[in-house]
Amino acid sequence: MRWLRKNLIPIIGLLVLVYLFVPIAVVAILSFNKPDGKFNISWNQFSLDAWQNICGVPGVCGSFVTSIQIGLIATLVGTIFGTMIAFALVRYRFRGRSTTNLLIFLPMATPEVVLGSSLLALFLNLAFPLGFWTVTIAHIMFIISFVVVTVKARLQGMDPRLEEAARDLYADPTATFRYVTFPLVLPGILGAALLGFSLSFDDYIISAFNAGTLVTFPIYIWGAAQRGIPVQVNALATLVFVIALVTVVSVQIIGARRRRKMESAVGS
Amino acid sequence: MAANDGVQDLHLVNLVKSFGDFVAVDDLTLTIPAGSFFALLGPSGCGKTTTLRMVAGLEDPTSGQIMLGSTDITNEKPYKRHVNTVFQSYALFPHLDIFENVAFGLRRRGIKDVTGPVNAMLDLVELGPMARRKPAQLSGGQQQRVAVARALINQPGVLLLDEPLGALDLKLRRQMQIELKRIQTEVGTTFVHVTHDQEEAMTMADTVAVMNKGRIEQMGAPVDIYELPRTAFVANFLGQSNTVAGTVSGRSGSDLVVNAYGASFTVPSARSTRQDGAILVGVRPEKLSVASAGGAVPDRSNRVTGKVTDASFTGVSTQYLVMTSWGDEWTVFEQNRSADILRPGDEVVMHWAPEHTFGLDVPSES
Amino acid sequence: MPALAPSAGGSAGVVVSGAAAQRRPRTAYLLLIPGIAWLTIFFVVPLISLFFTSLQAPTGKSGVYQPAFEVSNYLVAIQEYWPTFVKSFIYSGIATVLALVIAYPLAYFIAFRAGKWRALLLVLVVAPFFASFLLRTYAWRTILADEGFITSFFNALHLLPENRILNTPIAVVLGLTYNFLPFMILPLYAALERIDPRLIEAAGDLYASPFTGFRKVIWPLSLPGVVAGTLLTFIPASGDYINATLLGAPSDRMVGNAIQTNFLQFRDYPIASALSFILMAIILTVVFVYIRRAGTEDLV
Repeated sequence: MRWLRKNLIPIIGLLVLVYLFVPIAVVAILSFNKPDGKFNISWNQFSLDAWQNICGVPGVCGSFVTSIQIGLIATLVGTIFGTMIAFALVRYRFRGRSTTNLLIFLPMATPEVVLGSSLLALFLNLAFPLGFWTVTIAHIMFIISFVVVTVKARLQGMDPRLEEAARDLYADPTATFRYVTFPLVLPGILGAALLGFSLSFDDYIISAFNAGTLVTFPIYIWGAAQRGIPVQVNALATLVFVIALVTVVSVQIIGARRRRKMESAVGS
Repeated sequence: MAANDGVQDLHLVNLVKSFGDFVAVDDLTLTIPAGSFFALLGPSGCGKTTTLRMVAGLEDPTSGQIMLGSTDITNEKPYKRHVNTVFQSYALFPHLDIFENVAFGLRRRGIKDVTGPVNAMLDLVELGPMARRKPAQLSGGQQQRVAVARALINQPGVLLLDEPLGALDLKLRRQMQIELKRIQTEVGTTFVHVTHDQEEAMTMADTVAVMNKGRIEQMGAPVDIYELPRTAFVANFLGQSNTVAGTVSGRSGSDLVVNAYGASFTVPSARSTRQDGAILVGVRPEKLSVASAGGAVPDRSNRVTGKVTDASFTGVSTQYLVMTSWGDEWTVFEQNRSADILRPGDEVVMHWAPEHTFGLDVPSES
Repeated sequence: MPALAPSAGGSAGVVVSGAAAQRRPRTAYLLLIPGIAWLTIFFVVPLISLFFTSLQAPTGKSGVYQPAFEVSNYLVAIQEYWPTFVKSFIYSGIATVLALVIAYPLAYFIAFRAGKWRALLLVLVVAPFFASFLLRTYAWRTILADEGFITSFFNALHLLPENRILNTPIAVVLGLTYNFLPFMILPLYAALERIDPRLIEAAGDLYASPFTGFRKVIWPLSLPGVVAGTLLTFIPASGDYINATLLGAPSDRMVGNAIQTNFLQFRDYPIASALSFILMAIILTVVFVYIRRAGTEDLV
């Protein structure tokens, strides 16, 4: 009983983690399923069909590729714009700072339904054709805010004395940026880009409103939900998940190992 | 930019820096001789770091000039000035190893072959084997030496040090004080060392300038400004002083006679900033001797009677607090030469030789 | 690491130092223009555009409207959809509270008891983002299936009013809670992580029971995280329609569904836009009131 009280928090904590992963486990398990009928909801029979024939169902891989394309472009543009704003906010004084901050914050506080529908209203009013570019434009829009917040935090955590030291050591503004500021902010920028990409790749609501006839991966899934989601979808999603998880965990482990090596090497 | 400008005098001329209404540096004029170890000493907020940053180019003066030798560098960008800084927090580049940190300035100046100079400099600060480590792997003392090496390798006209020893523990600090002094003597560059630690300033520097509220109160060799402070602030900031306010009542040869609270003090006129009127008489605690009241006191001594309120035996000395007749508590550092220790409650007389007295202007605010 | 020495009384703490601050603000504006322009054109303008759309009047042709000043659109929208609004906010409110209750122990665990596992655990908290959230939500249809283990279990206890979980509000709320859980965990963790664990020890030293220690020390100090987490959960949850569609019955539709249907199915853009603005207005009001109240609650 005592043991239970003392370990109550860790137990609950771990249960919550399990809770977070149960649906993912279901998705992964069902990717090895051969469903009885059109709907892949309950387990029927083990099969590697979906994995071996991952592009077997028309539209699956196409939509997957489309989402990747949109993700790459939107992440590239959004990260560049967002990083520039972050630099302006942290390193410069200018009028209109609070307005800028508000403008960055508002999209994150607006429900996706409103973001998506308002953009749709704009495109309709301008008679702008819906499709690949409207979705990309929308994604860039919401990626910017997240990038600004992430990079800004990283920049603010950077010791301003480092740039002063660089200038003291004969580095003009360009050299200071190139040799000191940029290398130190880069991890933050990469993290923001990763975040942006995953937000874009997984976005349904905003994309659905602005895609017209274009089919992104989430849009495909939604459409298929009524007719029965092909097992290939589960396989692709599981694949993405595993690759992403392995990458992030590896980065963590490498970083931790490097840190441990440094700590053991500290001199007198 | 020449690789070695040669060491020259540094001149600050009517330097002013204000932030809005707040004047951090108030009309500073100062010459720092080439090759000297110069300390800028003062309490927090006195403007010493601001002055240093203006010399480095990291702050723009509101008005005034900075000259290195005969070159006016006031408006030169920091990356053009042949002046380098050792920062208080070291500011080592965390993403570069020690070798690259030290080589940074050389590389930015376009020097291709850095290996020789960098290794030589690392040897000078005794960090040769650490060349490929990152700053995070080094201890505080080692990081500090890297910071010095990184600045010094560029053979600047002036090396600026912004409280570089503040983060180190006592033993390490003492070690580094000796280190820095040795390096300065060996290399011959002018060092300008900013600190609030008066012991540090006096130990290391050839010349000390005491700053207060944006102005230099007094400047000179450590022993000179210590033994003969010229303002009440210097008297109390640099070491401790016992003071009493009085009036000049007459002269006796080359000495002033001062009356305070019924007692009479002899102050050599050359050791006083006031020759008449209101005057603050002062003496350092270690110059005082204490004897039981009524005991034998040498002729000619200045003397003050009082009652002991505290006696602390510190081994090297005994520290007495003595309450004077006018309500001030005086401090005495008595070397333990005789066996008698006075106790709280004892009536005593403090005495000292007149040539240890100094006279100051009475400060306007309390 | 010593604190940075203030360079002078006036400028201590300012990130932009000395000479850098005198860099022309022109550079700042150049940096800002692309991103701000983008946000203005594709966020601000659409909202304005949405507002005007909400005031448009029908032209008789389906899906085509003309600029007008039909404030009555709002009245119609409220009249027809106020139950949906109420339902949505009840669902998202419950989901937010549930998320808080579930997330807090995990955030607490990671902040105080996880030690060297902390980084890995945080990665695991964020990991669900890597898996398609549509599929994850859809997976609940498997987990909560009528014939499934969980539903049968609760059915046996006679706890289910409709004898099933799926296609009821319960499933919708559960889905909402699940989807936004990481948004609740991370801010909570960030706030808890800042608390000096010695404060808890001090409380214990001063005769506080563990529960009192939590109530009087940890909870108040974690409030900023609680506020951030609940907002980051409540706002998207209120506008969500995915959970309602995938996990609920037609009678469980939320405002998000209404907006989506009106936009994409009925093509009744004025009503859809009016609904969006009403939703935004309510959310902003709730946020405003909540922040004001949570701000003063801190002192209690």
